[in-house]
Amino acid sequence: MNELPQQLVNGLLLGSMYGLVAIGYTMVYGIVQLINFAHGEIFMTGAFGALTVYAYVLPGGTSMWIALPLMLVGAIIVAVLVAVGAERFAYRPLRTAPRLAPLITAIGLSLALQQAVWAWYPEAKSARTFPTIPGGPFNIGNVTIQTGDIFLVVVAPLSMAFLAYFVMRTRTGRGMQATAQDPDTAKLMGVNTDRIIVIAFALGAAFAAIGGVAYGLKYGQIDFKMGFLLGLKAFTAAVLGGIGNIYGAMLGGLVLGVAEALSTAYISDIPGMDKFGSQSWADVWAFVLLILVLLFRPQGLLGERVADRA
Amino acid sequence: MRQRSLIAITAALAAGALTLTACGSRDSGDKGSDSGSGTTVTIGVDAPLTGDLSALGLGIKNSVDLAVKQANKKKYVSGVTFKIEAKDDQAQPSSGQANASAFVSDSSVYGVVGPLNSSVAQSMQKVFDDAKLVEVSPANTNPALTQGDNWQTSKSRPYKSYFRTATTDAIQGPYAAQYVYNTAKLTKAFIIDDKKTYGAGLAATFTGEFKKLGGKVVGTEHINPDSKDYSAVVTKVKNSGATVVYYGGEYPQAGPLSKQLKAAGAKIPLVGGDGIYADDYIKLAGTAAAGDMATSVGAPVETLASAKEFVDNYKAGGYSEAYGAYGGYSYDSAWAIIEAVKKVVDDNGGKLPSDARAKITAAVQNVSFDGVTGKVSFDEYGDATNKQLTVYKVDGGAWKAATSGTYTPSS
Repeated sequence: MNELPQQLVNGLLLGSMYGLVAIGYTMVYGIVQLINFAHGEIFMTGAFGALTVYAYVLPGGTSMWIALPLMLVGAIIVAVLVAVGAERFAYRPLRTAPRLAPLITAIGLSLALQQAVWAWYPEAKSARTFPTIPGGPFNIGNVTIQTGDIFLVVVAPLSMAFLAYFVMRTRTGRGMQATAQDPDTAKLMGVNTDRIIVIAFALGAAFAAIGGVAYGLKYGQIDFKMGFLLGLKAFTAAVLGGIGNIYGAMLGGLVLGVAEALSTAYISDIPGMDKFGSQSWADVWAFVLLILVLLFRPQGLLGERVADRA
Repeated sequence: MRQRSLIAITAALAAGALTLTACGSRDSGDKGSDSGSGTTVTIGVDAPLTGDLSALGLGIKNSVDLAVKQANKKKYVSGVTFKIEAKDDQAQPSSGQANASAFVSDSSVYGVVGPLNSSVAQSMQKVFDDAKLVEVSPANTNPALTQGDNWQTSKSRPYKSYFRTATTDAIQGPYAAQYVYNTAKLTKAFIIDDKKTYGAGLAATFTGEFKKLGGKVVGTEHINPDSKDYSAVVTKVKNSGATVVYYGGEYPQAGPLSKQLKAAGAKIPLVGGDGIYADDYIKLAGTAAAGDMATSVGAPVETLASAKEFVDNYKAGGYSEAYGAYGGYSYDSAWAIIEAVKKVVDDNGGKLPSDARAKITAAVQNVSFDGVTGKVSFDEYGDATNKQLTVYKVDGGAWKAATSGTYTPSS
């Protein structure tokens, strides 16, 4: 049986989750040139927000069709609150500080959020089970799509379309573009840059929260460490696609996901490479791809060559 | 100016650090003096008390705690009060080694039970051996820990202070292979491991025996334990035509793997070692766990007459976590140390000798008593002489013993 279509679907699904999280990295970087390493943890708190709604707010046995939209709302509220709080209390006071200071703050915040969930969320010291959507998997030809993945298939393109519309067409979106190009001039033109920055953090967090719910539905469990590796991958996706470019983040995520799936599936079939083909090597191949792309296109796949202000 | 303030800060920090260490040493000094009325013997416990594997680790800690309480209640060693000191290794070799050093420097520690993970044990063995402090693991199954890296060809014991009450992968993997091939009649296996010392070792010994019996290995794969996405791997398994998956690793990965495997349409059982024999495995895999199998060391604790007392006492002890797969072995490990302390104290006229650690290590080698898991004694490598194994199968949302026996090598 030909497994290529299935592996491509596996990769695209994983990649759209990377893409949803990568948007947060790329938007914040585009506007304040900060690599928000706590973003993976915002993704994690979003997933826990959804779980809180399901396990502690809604009555037991609520149908997933009613629960899911409410969980999504809960996830977005928690993630946005955490991100806006982080911006207000951790990053804004450091906006004029040397670049290393907010970066290290971000790493510290990431650890603090992990440990806070670990310490105070009920039973979060080991993995918690996440509710899943009932119903069997769907078969299209010889490709199987899990019920939990339907959420990703529907939500990832919708979110992307919404974001494109928001940034290109609305007044606030244009303000974001202006702030990204030149914050000082934007301010002179009457753009409230502080507000724009908060919106960038909040939007990124909302997308991460959607990613967090998708993660829970896909794997059926969440834990306090789930944001670390996924955040790292999403950051890689953002760099791969061209950091600062929102379409690049989504494309970078998809390319990374497909690269991981295909390297797991096929590298071991190359004669003499069977030692390097397993899933534990997939990350290595993903980063080899990143290095190759950056060698030939330092600005990333969709990035534009801009004067380096960083 | 700048440099001068740097020096001032450094000096202040150094002074602070010195004050703190002074406090520390005074504290332990106090502890030493108030034990004048009777000797306090601390038994260290090293296990993952937090993180993915905490369900197993807390079971170990509680079981040792129970053993110590029983010994104190019975006044088993006159003039000696036992207590436990539990440290969390988070299943990380580096944390394990730091804990080992801390135990060695605490002079009231005369024995350590733990760790859970073979990879952690590797980082601790030398630290304990240098201090002649005895370490009894209830759960390590890697043969190299007791029989040296070349255990397949020439056995030699690397560390005299290391013992274990668990049986090894050298027995567990082949035992599983025999069950899968001969009893379950599954002949095409896909082997997956997590590249850790325990998982890779188990997968290798299973593969060896399975091929010897005439089984076919249709594929091998190594997963990244930090990831939860195994979709690419399960697609490979599904297309390989395997009738069984053998997984060398632990339940935090095995549970989701089994779930994703069945969801992808590969309705074949996953078989693993004692690392997946945990209630959390069924919790994580959900209904997909039905029919999955695990081997575990020893006879089922619940069925042994000697174990009934342990189970009853554990329940009466009011511990909030289950004793888990290694509870009985942890209890026996702690008792092996307690028995050794008794022997040393009795031989020395009721007091601990000055070289108590070395004497206790030597005494553990010769202990022999009826424990929770059967007869507890150690062979010349420090391995348990009890080689009982049990196959468990998930049935109706719980592990049920399928068969129990001792391993005999196939010719």
